[in-house]
Amino acid sequence: MPDTGPKVAGINGVAPPRKTVVTGEGRTEVGRSLWYYAWLRLKRNKSAMLGLALVILVVFSAIFAPWITRYDPIEQLIWTEGESAQLAPPSGKHWCGTDLYGRDVFSRVVYGTRVSLRLAVAATIISVVIGTTLGALAGYYGGFVDDVVSWLTSVIFAFPFLLFVITIVAYLPPSDTLVYTVIGIISWIQVGRIVRGQVMAIKETEFVQAAIASGAGDMRIIFKHILPNVIAPVIVSATLGMGSIVMLEAGLTFLGFGTQPPTPSWGYDISRGQEYLLSGQWWWSIFPGTAICLTVLGFNLLGDGLRDALDPRLKQ
Amino acid sequence: MGRYIARRLIAAIPVLMGVILVVFILSTLVPGDPARILSGQRGDPETIERIRHEMGLDLPWYIQMVRFYKDALTFNLGRSYRNNMKVTQAVISRIPASAELAGAAMLIAIPLGMILGIISAVKQYSLWDYASMILALLGVSTPVFFAGLLMIVIFCVLLGWLPGTGYGDGSLTYLILPAITLGIRPAALIARITRSSMLEVIRQDYIRTARSKGVHERSVVFRHALRNAMIPVVTVIGVDVPSLLSGAILTETIFCWPGIGRLAYEAVINRDFPIQRGVVLFMALIFLAATLIVDLSYGFFDPRIRYE
Repeated sequence: MPDTGPKVAGINGVAPPRKTVVTGEGRTEVGRSLWYYAWLRLKRNKSAMLGLALVILVVFSAIFAPWITRYDPIEQLIWTEGESAQLAPPSGKHWCGTDLYGRDVFSRVVYGTRVSLRLAVAATIISVVIGTTLGALAGYYGGFVDDVVSWLTSVIFAFPFLLFVITIVAYLPPSDTLVYTVIGIISWIQVGRIVRGQVMAIKETEFVQAAIASGAGDMRIIFKHILPNVIAPVIVSATLGMGSIVMLEAGLTFLGFGTQPPTPSWGYDISRGQEYLLSGQWWWSIFPGTAICLTVLGFNLLGDGLRDALDPRLKQ
Repeated sequence: MGRYIARRLIAAIPVLMGVILVVFILSTLVPGDPARILSGQRGDPETIERIRHEMGLDLPWYIQMVRFYKDALTFNLGRSYRNNMKVTQAVISRIPASAELAGAAMLIAIPLGMILGIISAVKQYSLWDYASMILALLGVSTPVFFAGLLMIVIFCVLLGWLPGTGYGDGSLTYLILPAITLGIRPAALIARITRSSMLEVIRQDYIRTARSKGVHERSVVFRHALRNAMIPVVTVIGVDVPSLLSGAILTETIFCWPGIGRLAYEAVINRDFPIQRGVVLFMALIFLAATLIVDLSYGFFDPRIRYE
């Protein structure tokens, strides 16, 4: 195996230590971290790479939106270009056509990545923090703590996600912060379940027992010894969760409860464009719809790929 | 089996209590005084005070909570702000349409998903496998409301084969598009889980034994492998019920289907909180019932679970 490879940041951004191991046949091999081997496996997985490419494309669009697009996403071109800019079909000038108000659909699709990603990232961070903490406490302490967390999980799980979010969001003043906070607070249960199971298993291993025997405190054991070993499944779950949150936000906005205009958002454009689908002006809702599908597909492919790559059972 | 059922039923009680608690907390979160809403614009302070008293809104929160538990468990959930219809009655009147839609969706999703999954697993890495799994991935990644719009455009506007929206005279043609729309996601999930579950089972020794003693391949797949591969599949079917219900809100809204999802949407739009609360509670109860059925069916598919 060649000595130089892509550098993979290890836990906490510190490059993993490399140990030279002399194998039985006298060859020297460089010992590397789990992450390096995971990356090798991920690289060989074509669909995961397609997913990664889609995710990078979305992130790239969100960051560089003003440089990619020619028009402002909320500028109504009917004022400058006249009636012809209203619901104009896709052309060289407007790649994805224009909407009823003469806004450039391509610009709106590109800028739409911002709202979707920001919401998904914020909600995911909240859900990962809550899920990891509660899951770890439940798995580590067991008993009463576990009962309470498991009960909470089952209760929240019983509600249909979308309706639950709508019920809270609809009656309070609309804001992005409210939407991602509510989604984050509800969707931690997936992460929580996974972390709980992992912590329960890891708690029984010898190195944790050794830490307990040497008198380390509970918090030190949980955060220093156990949680670093849970990062892989949490990353998988968070990646898959990003896709479902993008879809949830779009559904919420489609019904009118998520992102509020004039902020360009995919769900809003699909919802407004649906009336014009029937009369043949398909571009207003089809392009943002395709953008959602590709984004969710990207996160799903990447998440599946990461799961295969990080699962030690499949290690060759 | 009797003890197993009893144990499962008892385990569901705390969750049910928690669900009611969450719905109670939701009602206290909602801004606006119900008494003021009920008495309308011209309600004088005395009328409002009287309604507040009648509804028990002047009582301390813990007594209100106990009352709510009593009301929820006896399905006495108040009346709609809009047409004064009883909430329970409003929800019940929408059950048939929703049940019809959800049933039809599952009738499409379960066989379709399982067939795709079994074919993929049996012919792993074949063209069939790739095609089914790409289909399943697209199914999981397409938002249900977008899929619904595409359905309407393709089959109603372009081809003109089926009616687009509405319940019509209740004939089957109106059911087809919304049922397919709602069934896409569960079908895709079932296909994916059936494939991975079958692949795991098919590698086991008893399957090799069955094959080597000359059991017909069809029998190996369906009798030996499938039954043991069913547990995760049943779990997915059960666990996906909430997203089926969430999907129903979007699907019923798009297709103007007079079911519970549409009722929920209308309630939110009209700020008719009693109805909305009723729907939330009802959907959570449906989910609890579905989980119970799934739990009990584990015992059927794998008798070992019963004796745990």
